[in-house]
Amino acid sequence: MLKFKKLGLLILIASFVTVYSSEARKRPNTLTITGSTTVLPIAQRAAEEFMESRPKVNISVRGGGSGVGIAALIDGTCDISDASRPIKTKEITTCRSKGINPVGTVIAKDGIAIIVHPSNSVKELSLDQLKAIYAGEISKWSEVGGRTKPIVAISRDVASGTFEVFKKLVLKGDKTKADALMLASNKAVATAVVGAPDAIGYVGIGYLSSDVKSLVIEGVTPTNETVVSGEYKIARPLFMYTDGKPKGLAKEFIDFILSKEGQKIVENVGFVPIK
Amino acid sequence: MKKNFIERLLPIFALLTWVFLFGIMLILFIEGTPIFKSVPLFRFIFGRHWYPVHEPPEFGILPLICGSLMVTAGALIIAIPFGLGCAIYLSEIANRAVREIIKPFIEMLAGVPSVVYGFFGMVLLAPFIQRIFHLSIGLTAFTASVILGVMALPTVASIAEDAISSVPKALREASFALGANQWETITRVVVPAAKSGIFASVILGIGRAIGETMTVLMVAGCCAVITPNFFKPVRPMTATIAAEMGEAPMGSMHYHALFAIGLVLFLITIGLSLIAEHFKER
Repeated sequence: MLKFKKLGLLILIASFVTVYSSEARKRPNTLTITGSTTVLPIAQRAAEEFMESRPKVNISVRGGGSGVGIAALIDGTCDISDASRPIKTKEITTCRSKGINPVGTVIAKDGIAIIVHPSNSVKELSLDQLKAIYAGEISKWSEVGGRTKPIVAISRDVASGTFEVFKKLVLKGDKTKADALMLASNKAVATAVVGAPDAIGYVGIGYLSSDVKSLVIEGVTPTNETVVSGEYKIARPLFMYTDGKPKGLAKEFIDFILSKEGQKIVENVGFVPIK
Repeated sequence: MKKNFIERLLPIFALLTWVFLFGIMLILFIEGTPIFKSVPLFRFIFGRHWYPVHEPPEFGILPLICGSLMVTAGALIIAIPFGLGCAIYLSEIANRAVREIIKPFIEMLAGVPSVVYGFFGMVLLAPFIQRIFHLSIGLTAFTASVILGVMALPTVASIAEDAISSVPKALREASFALGANQWETITRVVVPAAKSGIFASVILGIGRAIGETMTVLMVAGCCAVITPNFFKPVRPMTATIAAEMGEAPMGSMHYHALFAIGLVLFLITIGLSLIAEHFKER
């Protein structure tokens, strides 16, 4: 008798587990988001606000990197994949072979401003000059029209998305000179530049303040408008990829990020709203 | 019966420290050594360039080792005289009332979170040092040394104080009876008698300084260069691990290299402890 009871209990548990797990896979009210750590704060904050107004919805947001996110989209383990770069051709091929059609939606832009101390007389630099400064070929402000002082180059640590953009769009594969300072946050870079008249640094556009001067690069001032229009060159789009055009809850969520409210979040976490 | 049970339990707790230590060592070895397949040990330790995400990457940690040793040495120059002075004053000179007031403050200094020290260093000390020494940037090895020195001070002071006050009273009385004054008693009798404890306090101070992470990440400036100049930014090993571990893809060369740095750091601290033990026995 006891044996039967145990067996019955086991079956009951087993059936619960099966129902629950099959439910979990396609529960209409859950959304799994994986990918770029750069996009993570946007997705995280947006998910919090989105869930607040829809108590039944459950969104789980994870980082891991753009590549991890796209791999998860291919494996079907996420609904939305965050990416701080466009999908690669190789990844598209893998997607196609698995019957997945990756569609990217640009949700924000990541623009990087070059900052100096307000007392610095240099107002403008070309991309080549900027590259030469960080690669160590130019080491005095006088070489770019400033006072005869050595340039203190401040960079972000190599783990940051900001460094990644800078490396790709400014250094174009060159090394940062060894005696550049590598600081751990946008805030740390800004603080260092505020205190050092001969320093140059770079921060996300959302971290600009009146305590520092942002340089005109290739004739363009970094503002939300010039980043969105594409005139300002040190910027990149941030994507959310879905399998096919976003639909259902994923569409609702992406629409929310593109809404006025969502774009406000984008701006609050230091990125450039696109609308 | 009850006492017996607890008594039996105690060796297990003691044994657990071994388990933890060996567990940590094992993980550091397993995760750290794969880097030596692609970068020979010699080039890893003595390489002068640290470009972990460049194509092709370079993993030379000599500038990081030098950075760690520099800030630690600088910290000791501050922590040893101040810490020992503090310890001698408290245990030999100060009266009971003064000691009761000052000792808790030293312990509170030890309890300040390192990020608070780092913030203090970044916002107040670095600009100050930059101004008085006419530097182009205040985030330097010197700045980090000053802060680390203050952080290691309570460790040195409280352990040295324990050592000095545990010197038997009879020794002091004998010294006074032979006609020595207080200063002679302190320098010739008490401090030599407490030598091993004082040495232990210094070694633990080194351990505190070399392992400190948050503070150096915030104030050392983090340039991976080898420089003898204390007024230049440097990049200690701990700051490198903390800054880069978050984004190093698991299982990549960069990831293994960071674990290998952890291993080097671990071996240095183990070495320090062994040296301390050796001197203690003499």
